[in-house]
Amino acid sequence: MKVFDYARPRTIAEAIAAAAEPGSVYLAAGTNLLDLMKGGIARPDRVVDVTRLPGLDRIERLPDGGIRIGALVRNADLAQDPDFARTYPAVAEALLSGASAQLRNAATVGGNLLQRTRCGYFHDVASACNKRNPGSGCAARDGENRLHAVLGWSEACIATHPSDFCVPLVALDAVVEIEGRSGRREIALEDLHRLPGHTPELESALEPGDLIVAIRLPAEAAAFSAHARYLKLRERTSYAFAVVSAAAALDIEGGRIRQARIALGGVAPKPWRARAAEDVLTGSAADESGFRRAAAAALADARPSGDNAFKIELAKRIVLRALALAAAGTPEQLPALPASSFSSVPGAHHAA
Amino acid sequence: MSFSISLTVNGERRNVELQDPRTTLLDLLREHLRLTGTKKGCDRGQCGACTVLVDGRRINSCLALALSHDGADVLTIEGVADSADLHPVQAAFIAHDGFQCGFCTPGQIMSAIGLIQEGQTGDDPERVREGMSGNLCRCGAYRGITEAVLDARKSLAQAERRDAA
Repeated sequence: MKVFDYARPRTIAEAIAAAAEPGSVYLAAGTNLLDLMKGGIARPDRVVDVTRLPGLDRIERLPDGGIRIGALVRNADLAQDPDFARTYPAVAEALLSGASAQLRNAATVGGNLLQRTRCGYFHDVASACNKRNPGSGCAARDGENRLHAVLGWSEACIATHPSDFCVPLVALDAVVEIEGRSGRREIALEDLHRLPGHTPELESALEPGDLIVAIRLPAEAAAFSAHARYLKLRERTSYAFAVVSAAAALDIEGGRIRQARIALGGVAPKPWRARAAEDVLTGSAADESGFRRAAAAALADARPSGDNAFKIELAKRIVLRALALAAAGTPEQLPALPASSFSSVPGAHHAA
Repeated sequence: MSFSISLTVNGERRNVELQDPRTTLLDLLREHLRLTGTKKGCDRGQCGACTVLVDGRRINSCLALALSHDGADVLTIEGVADSADLHPVQAAFIAHDGFQCGFCTPGQIMSAIGLIQEGQTGDDPERVREGMSGNLCRCGAYRGITEAVLDARKSLAQAERRDAA
């Protein structure tokens, strides 16, 4: 690990001033950043520790019915908040399907949004990687790429975004509050992460010094609480990143879908909102034929970036099954294996 | 430049001078305080051998910067027994053969203590296995570990009921 200067600002203004300097990074829990620094993938000159900033660790119900989650709230604390889990069950399920209990106890929600891809070539400093070293090429393009992106990728980069948490959040129109050098602003989570195009090193809409201070869910997100699930296929039962995942949230009245929300994880360089699939379901019956058409629509633009054509069919099946699970209703208690495809599935076919 | 931090480790106040900001909480425990019960396995947050409780919560000490934990209350494997009496989780690991080589065991035990305090598993072995998935055991003692955690949870709950009565 490269040596760095350590700063622990007392106020957000001090933090922004320190982090706006070239070579500076914010440090929250460090569950991703310290790993990257140990591997030489991140080599900051200065680490700005934001964990002591006041007022960023609260979960607040807003007067308009929405909820505001401070950026320093720990993943485990948000997932275990009974009111939050009841109102936004797919978000809680996604959180509990990510990493391990130890990491969830430490990791912050703000940091989760900004975690880096787990592409093996990004993590191997001896490999070509346009994201880590712009212009060096993409070793994944002709390498081991069965887990890489099938949506939103470019010739320059085929890495996927690893977050589970972001998938239901983007489905529920989450908003990110940012403090920066020119004051406070907010953007849709859907616009926080950029597609790689020719510049995969530019991963987000954040400017130097920008600090995520909170994530908000609008009041409308609560309309899906009775029919919302997250489903995540992994290469082992627990403690693994998604091969493919999906968040499905339905607002059902009298057997018909008033509105639907669908997003995918593990398939694209950002949490992938599937609006075309949502449109297919709006106003239709909550049944398998509609879910099947929605799943096809969600992957209509997908194409393999390597040895990963199987992920397209797999993603369709995961979307279909997540929709069937959501239609069956949010369970009273989360299953022992949150988001797992190995949990018993009432009303869904195994060979979807 | 050196940094001066102060932590409570196993109930004892410890002041530490750090010459290097890169020091992790794990290295602080092992190299500065000579508490080598906490193990360095992968050092990348993947194996759980370095699990300790910080302010009552289990975390991976290898992915925690020591400087960030100025003022923290840390509990390691050295601090769980009550003088000569093993902690109920330690006793249960012995009773159920919850280890072979023992390298992952301090992390397993600290994780199990954290898991039981979190109170999310009940007596469901599947929830225990899921809750312990951040601790790898290359000897494959998982079956004994799960039985030990379930047994210790039961005995701790009984002790709590006795204390309340």
